[in-house]
Amino acid sequence: MANLNSVLPPLTERSGPLRWMRKNLFGSWLDSLLTVLGALLVYWAVKGFLTWALTVAEWEVISANLRLILIGQYPIEQAWRLWTWLAILFFLAGNSIGIWARGSKYAFVVLFTPALLILLPFGSASRIWLAALTLTGLIGWGLGRARPHALKRSVIAGWVILLPVIILLTRGWSETEGSAVPIVTTNLWGGLLLTFLLTVVAILFSFPLGVLLALGRRSKLPIIRWSSVAYIELVRGVPLITILFMAQLMLPLFLPEGVAIDRVVRAMVGMTLFSAAYLAENVRGGLQAIPRGQYEAAHALGLSGAQTMTLIVLPQALRLVIPILVGQFIAVFKDTSLVAIVGLFDLLGIAKTVLAQPAFLGLQREVYVFISLIYWVLSYGMSYLSQRLEERLGAGGR
Amino acid sequence: MTQDNIISVRDVHKWYGNYHALRGVSMDVKKREVIVIFGPSGSGKSTFIRTINRLEDHQRGQILVDGIELTHDVRNIEQVRAETGMVFQQFNLFPHLTVLQNITLAPLQVRKWTRQKAEEVAMQLLERVGIPDQAQKFPGQLSGGQQQRVAIARALAMQPKIMLFDEPTSALDPEMIKEVLDVMVELAKSGMTMLVVTHEMGFARAVADRMFFFDQGQIVESGKPDDIFKNPKEERTKLFLSQILAH
Repeated sequence: MANLNSVLPPLTERSGPLRWMRKNLFGSWLDSLLTVLGALLVYWAVKGFLTWALTVAEWEVISANLRLILIGQYPIEQAWRLWTWLAILFFLAGNSIGIWARGSKYAFVVLFTPALLILLPFGSASRIWLAALTLTGLIGWGLGRARPHALKRSVIAGWVILLPVIILLTRGWSETEGSAVPIVTTNLWGGLLLTFLLTVVAILFSFPLGVLLALGRRSKLPIIRWSSVAYIELVRGVPLITILFMAQLMLPLFLPEGVAIDRVVRAMVGMTLFSAAYLAENVRGGLQAIPRGQYEAAHALGLSGAQTMTLIVLPQALRLVIPILVGQFIAVFKDTSLVAIVGLFDLLGIAKTVLAQPAFLGLQREVYVFISLIYWVLSYGMSYLSQRLEERLGAGGR
Repeated sequence: MTQDNIISVRDVHKWYGNYHALRGVSMDVKKREVIVIFGPSGSGKSTFIRTINRLEDHQRGQILVDGIELTHDVRNIEQVRAETGMVFQQFNLFPHLTVLQNITLAPLQVRKWTRQKAEEVAMQLLERVGIPDQAQKFPGQLSGGQQQRVAIARALAMQPKIMLFDEPTSALDPEMIKEVLDVMVELAKSGMTMLVVTHEMGFARAVADRMFFFDQGQIVESGKPDDIFKNPKEERTKLFLSQILAH
């Protein structure tokens, strides 16, 4: 008779790189064949790219045009205004990390990215500013860690007013000549600066609009429901580029004479309206996932319809759709490149002007690889942040 | 109708499309009374208890709760809901809020209490239902019995005059039913007016003042627990009781 108390020890799994390889890479003759073919393919692709990147490519086109790619035609003597809001941004970011993500090593490391960028071929003034960014980030981080409770409210307030401050500093406000902060018209905004501003404005404004449309689509009032459905379906039925064209070419026809809306503003409005329709559908998916019992419990406690929505339903619904929302924000970021077609000089538009210079003809590969790299780094950054955010909010999950 | 009736229901009808769910239900409940409602599934007992705080509307008849008539008037509905606590079969706690936040939410938002007062009351209630140490956890981290006790505390935090229980133990594992029933017995003995839809006949025997047997959208029989258990008048009541008490 087997003694039930004597449980057999688990089979010991021997591990090691060789064993792992035999199990996973060379399990059968087909596996072995695929492994060898795959390895050859990777070797060939990486070797080809590296050979090109290190020996053939003429990277001078990037170093010579770095300023153009980053800020377009923005006057260099006014660049301090951009550095200033970047410093505020890093201060707030450092502060927030110090308060809300104290334990996270990765978040902390983000503050050192400007210091890393010093390795790029910047002028000495820019290098000093980059070092200053990391410094302000670290000062903010230290303050946030030291007094998390005292600073919470002011940091949130800081984030709220950051966008107006950014726009105001970038644009300037004085019309008198020779003043310290003259207006820089938007036709001089370009490169990464313009891409960044288009993206941030489109995301920040389309988010509340999209939530309202999603709620409207589920409204009991027919007029609100129908107009929301009509808007969403209309906008989702046309390509973004046609909306941008309409904003650039047709809108002026409808406006009274003498009234002109800035072209960058028109692009921002177009992006916002387009993104809101998609956001609305994503948020609606989250709203539909909230069980009826949540509404009933809230109502039974005496909460009003609006309180039920803002305190119970939306927080849960939005949390459910974070991955989809971030996916859409990344799409918005990349879609801003379409404004190049309607004549704005965002990252892609600037790339085209760089390539049109006689000195740099035929260097498409270098320029497009470089701006792809910028797009990738920032997109991946957003994706990474959203994963961290999901983990942090996961504690309240079902 | 006498003055001390806190709930008064007269000839209430309710249809879902063509389905006649409630067919002329009348009931008077006095203050401090404990009412147990039982009956087969689909008999309309849950629908009935949900009309008392208007989670379901009724299409005919009259419902008065604490002197307020339930109509389409939203102000009346919100007033009645603030005076009436409800506990659900599926708990329906808010999963994105901690236990403490679940309990303080309505007092803060509806009663406009200060945070300090709301949290004091919440901690007293958690003490009363026996889980003060779980205040900072999220509902998903608690057992079913603990969640249902939090749900009771959440309803009590509004200091309601009436508590409605819609099959509060039906979704619980057997070993957790007792911990919830203990809380309900204590509440009944403290003088709370309670309407309880349940098949826990031990609970009914211990604390119910009157019992109502529902079938096919009507009250078939009502009376004191002793009479209902020992000599039910109606055949249907007899049959149903023999089925649920058989084992």
